Amino acid sequence: METEGTYDVQAIRAQFPILSRKVKGKDLVYLDNAATAQKPLAVIDALVHYYSHYNANIHRGLHTLADEATAAYEASRTAVKDFVGASSPDEIIFTKGTTDSINLVAHSWGKSFLQEGDEIIITSLEHHANIVPWQMIAAEKKAILRVIPIDDNGILDMEAFKAMLGPKTKFVSVIHVSNALGIINPVEEIIRLAHEQHAVVLVDGAQSSVHLDIDVQTLGCDFYVFSGHKIYGPTGVGVLYGRRDLLESMPPYQGGGEMIKEVRFEYTTYNELPFKFEAGTPNIADVIALKAGIDFINSIGKPAIRKHEEMLLEYATAQLKDISGLRIIGDVKNKVSVISFIIDGVHPQDLAILLDNQGVAVRTGHHCAQPLMHRLGIVGTTRASFAAYNTLEEIDVLTQALNKSLKMLL
Amino acid sequence: MNNPKTIKNIEQDLIDDFSLFETWEEKYEYLIDLGKKLAPLDPAFKTEDRKIKGCQSSVWIHSYTKDGLVHFEGDSDAIIVRGLVGLMIMVLNGQPSKEIVGAPLEFINTIGLSSHLAQTRSNGLRAMIKQMKMDAGVLG
Ligand SMILES: Cc1ncc(COP(=O)(O)O)c(C=O)c1O
Repeated sequence: METEGTYDVQAIRAQFPILSRKVKGKDLVYLDNAATAQKPLAVIDALVHYYSHYNANIHRGLHTLADEATAAYEASRTAVKDFVGASSPDEIIFTKGTTDSINLVAHSWGKSFLQEGDEIIITSLEHHANIVPWQMIAAEKKAILRVIPIDDNGILDMEAFKAMLGPKTKFVSVIHVSNALGIINPVEEIIRLAHEQHAVVLVDGAQSSVHLDIDVQTLGCDFYVFSGHKIYGPTGVGVLYGRRDLLESMPPYQGGGEMIKEVRFEYTTYNELPFKFEAGTPNIADVIALKAGIDFINSIGKPAIRKHEEMLLEYATAQLKDISGLRIIGDVKNKVSVISFIIDGVHPQDLAILLDNQGVAVRTGHHCAQPLMHRLGIVGTTRASFAAYNTLEEIDVLTQALNKSLKMLL
Repeated sequence: MNNPKTIKNIEQDLIDDFSLFETWEEKYEYLIDLGKKLAPLDPAFKTEDRKIKGCQSSVWIHSYTKDGLVHFEGDSDAIIVRGLVGLMIMVLNGQPSKEIVGAPLEFINTIGLSSHLAQTRSNGLRAMIKQMKMDAGVLG
């Protein structure tokens, strides 16, 4: 499936209804995939099919609809388990998204295991979702949040990280792939070094899950989290992979139905994994449709998609570098198909408005990584991010639209 | 300087001007041009507490009275928004406080700015107008 020449991008595009719409009278060129990916028809159909044919509450009913819905929901859990290489579906917790997953861990693990003076390490590249929950629990527990510095290209200073590690290090929470710059961090080494100090490691896979082959057992991370909507699945569903012994040692995050074994007014005993962390009626429809997103990726294969995206990245990088005054931020070798750039004398917002009028959707601003922008001394960037369905022609449209915008602005 | 035209007069002039634009490019080139021509605001007035924080850009409005009329100066770090600042100054500058506070400013919809500028950005425009009206109210 990954042999050269067989990547049929038009056949892939045909699976995405939204790609044929117009924006402001122009063909949509969607290059904001790092924010959220578009949905193949299979995902949309899975949602419609669930609500039209077997909508029921899961795990408790004894009727046919409940059986079918429960089976589909649990089939999705198994698909996710395979998607990240976990050893058991019990290690897969469904959440609302990456943010929710990180909050669950910070809250539940932090509450039980953090003590005054303990250290939590994150990186300078983090999304706010992997900063704020740690600040909150650190403040509550009087723990200390430390940040691995980067160089001007966004590369982590691993020597500084090594120097930071010590017996006080209890948790290391790192972004696998930078959403703002696309840089791939050396998480294997980070995990190995952190484990030498018996620290627990969470990998924020919001950006890596869609591009890179993920095997949590090979990586050796303790937690891996991501959002369904960035892997061609629906919004409102995310994943927390956690090592079984860790999840078992952690207290529930929220209380309610589903997560209990037995409730009396005097006491409650909790359900087994994974249900202990899934209180209340879950987001059944979106969880089920998430499997369709994973199936879409598997039908092409991540290596084939990656190869296509790398080709797009290389082409776009060369094109953009020809634009005078344009500087790519995080112009490094080891990255996914994301280009973040600034242009001398041009405010990103002006660029976004003019590109939008030409049908081109890119993201501008701080990308929910204000501390990173601050460190790099910029207010924000313009970011183009590519997915399985993008084409070389679309990059030509981007380049032309950029040139036209600059002519208008400068 | 007293503005001999009323707010309504100026709005009508703008509606007439914009009706000549046939493409989105012309509309935006007009705004960009306005933005470039807007006199820079004295940095002393670009303080943190006077900053109107938009989604991605910032706006500053400096308001004062002269001969009983309200005057505005303004700035933004983004050029199109700067053009919008210039546009609002064109409409509201040198008018009596009461007129500014009560102006419905319907021209914004008529010239198609609200649809051309996406939601968050016209929210920025709204915040800008709110500030100008509030200042006018206080100064009046
Ligand atoms: C690296 C990273 N972490 C966390 C998040 C937050 O994801 P969500 O908003 O889906 O919870 C994102 C999404 O932008 C991200 O890119």
